[in-house]
Parts: sequence; structure tokens; C-alpha cells
Amino acid sequence: MNKRNEKPRTLKSVLRIPYEMAQGPAWTHFFEGFKQKKILGTKCNECGRVLIPARPFCPRCFEPMEEWVEVAQEGTIVTWSYVNYTYFGVTADMIPQVPVTVKLDGTDCGWWGGLIGGFDVKNFDLVNKKVKVGGRIKAVWRDKVEGNMYDIDHWEIIK
Amino acid sequence: MGRMGRAVAVIGTGQTKHGRRDDVSYPDLVREAIQAVFEDAGITIQDVDAIVYGSMPSMMEGVAFNHFYMADALRAVGKPLLRTETCGSTGQSIAQTGIYWVASGMADIVLVVGSEKQHEGDAQATMMTIPDKITLPMVGGAPVAFSMQSREWMGYFNIDEAKAREAAAIVSVDCHDGGLNNPLAHIQMKVTKEEVMNAKIITYPVRLLDVCPSSDGACAVLFASKDKARKICKKPAWVKGMGFRGEEYYTGDSNKAVWQSTIGAAQEAYKQAGITDPRKELDVAEIYNPFTYHELMFMECLGLCPPGEAPDYVIDGVFSPDGELPCNPSGGVLCTNCIGATGLIRLAEAARQVTGKAGPMQVEGAKLALSHAMGGLEQFNAVTIIGSKL
Repeated sequence: MNKRNEKPRTLKSVLRIPYEMAQGPAWTHFFEGFKQKKILGTKCNECGRVLIPARPFCPRCFEPMEEWVEVAQEGTIVTWSYVNYTYFGVTADMIPQVPVTVKLDGTDCGWWGGLIGGFDVKNFDLVNKKVKVGGRIKAVWRDKVEGNMYDIDHWEIIK
Repeated sequence: MGRMGRAVAVIGTGQTKHGRRDDVSYPDLVREAIQAVFEDAGITIQDVDAIVYGSMPSMMEGVAFNHFYMADALRAVGKPLLRTETCGSTGQSIAQTGIYWVASGMADIVLVVGSEKQHEGDAQATMMTIPDKITLPMVGGAPVAFSMQSREWMGYFNIDEAKAREAAAIVSVDCHDGGLNNPLAHIQMKVTKEEVMNAKIITYPVRLLDVCPSSDGACAVLFASKDKARKICKKPAWVKGMGFRGEEYYTGDSNKAVWQSTIGAAQEAYKQAGITDPRKELDVAEIYNPFTYHELMFMECLGLCPPGEAPDYVIDGVFSPDGELPCNPSGGVLCTNCIGATGLIRLAEAARQVTGKAGPMQVEGAKLALSHAMGGLEQFNAVTIIGSKL
């Protein structure tokens, strides 16, 4: 195809686009709860499920979820992984890390809520010994909470 | 859900050489697949009534709504053009969009094209824009999400870690062997079980040789009505059934070890195709397997073996090249993942199998084939069954 013996070129380009995303009444109240180190779920009066993150409406019943319930800060591990590669936003100093999905007591869903911490999570053998599907964990808040998903610093294994 | 409308045939398939393709621009790459599909079908653009195109989100290659950018390569001038995208399942969704068009009687021949050029951007960065920033800012890229799903499946069924590890390694070895038979595959190398099991951990339980590559590539398929297919094509393949199912946005809202959208999509497609015992009736399956452990889950949710037992079946060789139901003889997604094309490649390979055109990948005497794709944050599944007989 290229008879001129020219190496096909590439063009480098970067796109930066700022956004300002409306959080709506439900997520606003959910994160107001975080400011008091509380986890607030919403309950569907149709199916009775309590879901986190809080929802403005039930994804199955489509009914408004206007009843707020403070849920436990402890729960059961649904799944986890040991992340040992870097990708956009996750730099070499941040890995290995151990993301976790937890089913908090009093809720009816799993919640991919952050990372396991509180011990040497870079040690895989130790992680694989301590972190179990079905195991118990609890939220450890940052000292200074700001009302966003980063307020829970990590999840700690409990006996 | 209803029955199929008019019968729909596959009358041609075309693919690029997949891999790192910075030797050509993105439209050049798409044009390669278009040339290949018209050569395969022996028809021209004048015969085509409509075009369907799909890819991953625009950030992937930095050009928004790239069906505009691709219009010339797609030969879309003066034709109706639709874009469909459902993340990883895009390739199946564009096929099904084309099938709807022919089945409805609104078009007789439809050109369906999917493409991706992952090396042009930061694919994982694009994936990170799929979860919202308000409630899921720390959700990781595709390997993290699907490794967590695999771990959930292992935990839910209490599957022995070593047994799952061995089965996933067998899947990797079989796929890489398939890739060596596929001249268009991105990854072409021999791997051993030991190499897979001892490879570097990427996102536990997934290791390096359990993960698909990031590929550049395109795939095109021509669908036709029965009358047109019979006139144009000596040996068409036929769409026997198809299903698509979606789930809630938040992964934790349902059990992902018994994956309802895979089960629902497969059952719908089987019902339309009249399949009651898929493992026995299917001759070959092209399963969307960007990660080996994920393929194990799919074998179960597609009804190819009982829930929680895929590792046993894999270790017994049931899904290996010489087994009862060979899976991914093309090397699968594990050897080539140009995402917008990937689900369509599964369908193209299924069609090539049932028409005896799969070359070194051919499963002897294959008559009925499954193609599948998955997309979103554990959210969408699509299945299309392709057969040699109407």
C-alpha cells in the first residue's frame, strides 16, 4: 500500500473536558450521611429491599425510594480481587490493592465500596489467607470526611 | 419475546488482520474488512440496502460518533446508517440490529460492521468512564470488574481454588492453540498450563495469560433475506435464534455468579432455535472470553454444563478441541479483542464453521454454532445461534 517507503505517522493528542454532575436529592442525602459517618440506604415500599448506594427509585419496581434507613457499617464479603497492575488513575505507588464488594448488614445488595486495608495488603499470601468470600469487614472512616465516596478510607477485617 | 420474523442468512464475512495496526489509519482499517466481506459474498455495495456500525465509546479513539468518520469506509453514502453500541456486547448488538432489519422485511441485504483501534487511546481510561463518578468513582477497569465477578462465582459455589485455576489454565492453552490456527488472530503463541498458572497476577485470580490483548481490528458481516441469500450465495449460514438481556446498573443488585442476563439471552436464543440440550446439540461455541475464568462462568450460564461444575467439565476435556463441544477454536477473545468488532467476530466465526469455511480452525462437520458477547459493568449479554440449515 505504501509505495513511498514512508513510515506511517501517528499524531499525539490529549483531550481534557471538565464536567459538573448533578447529584440529585437522593445521592446528596446519601453523602450528607457520610459527613456524619453514617451509611444511609433507601427502602422500596413495594419490594421491601434496602439498597446502597441510596437510590431515588427502585430499579425493579420503579417506585420512589423515599424511606431512609441507617444500615450497619459491618458486613459480609461478596467478592474481592488483588489488583497488581497499573491503569489510568491507578499508579504504581497505589498497587497492589484489594477492592471489595460487601453486603452490609440490613441491606439487600452487594456494594463495591472500596478497598480492604488495615494490614499489609501488598503481601498476596497474607491477603489470600485473611480475605475470604463470606468473611466479615467493617468500614473505617477517614478522620476528615467530605461527603463523597472517598470518605470510607478502607474496610477492616473483623473476626 | 416473539419469534424471528423473516428468515435471515449470513452471506459473507470479512475481517482485518488483528493486532497493533498503526500501519493504517482507522478508516483504512475499517475499509480492509469491507473489502474482505464483499469479496467473500461476491456482491457489491449496490446490492446493500442498509448499514449498521458500532464500536466502543468515542473516547476509545478520540473521535466522537465515529460512524461519521467511517462513513466513506463503510460505503454509507446514500444509504440508511444506524449506530448501535452496548459496550463489550456491541458486536452482537450490531448483528442483531442488522438481523431485525432483514427479519422485519424493511431491508433485504444489510452490511454490519464493528471495529476498534485500541492502540490509539487509553482503553482502560475509557472503560473507567463507564461507571459514574458520583457513586462509583473507585471502580476499576475491566480486569478488576470481571476478576471480582469470577471470585464471586468461585465463592458462591465454593469452588476449590486449585481446581478453578487448573481449568482456567486449560481454557488459556486451548485458546492460544486456536490462535495459532487463526492467521488473523492478534496473539499467536504456544503456552503451557504451567506458564499460565505461574504467570504474574494481574487481578487475582486472573494472571497475565488469563487476559485478552488490546487489539486493533474490524469485522464485517452481510445479512440477507432468504430469497436474496438463495440467489446470491451457494452456501449461506442461517440465523436460528437470538437473545439479548440487560441488568440493573449496580453490579451488587443481583447475584453475578448465576448471571441472569447470560442465562436469559441464551434461553431465548435456544427457544427460537429449538435447542433443548445445548451441549449435545451445538457443534461449536464462540464464547466471549476476555478472561479465562469468565469463560468458565459463561459455560455454566449458557447452559453448557451445570452451575458450579464448569471446572470439572473443562478438566475432563469436554470443551477442548477434541471434546464434545469445542469452544473458541478461533482463539477467542483471549487472542483478539478489538472490542466493537469482537462480538461480531464470534458470529462470523460461527458462520464460517457451519459453512465449512473455517480452514485450520474447522470443527469437523459443524452444523450448529453458538456466538455470544457480554458488555457493560457486568450488565449485558447477547447470544446468536447460527446453523447450516434454514
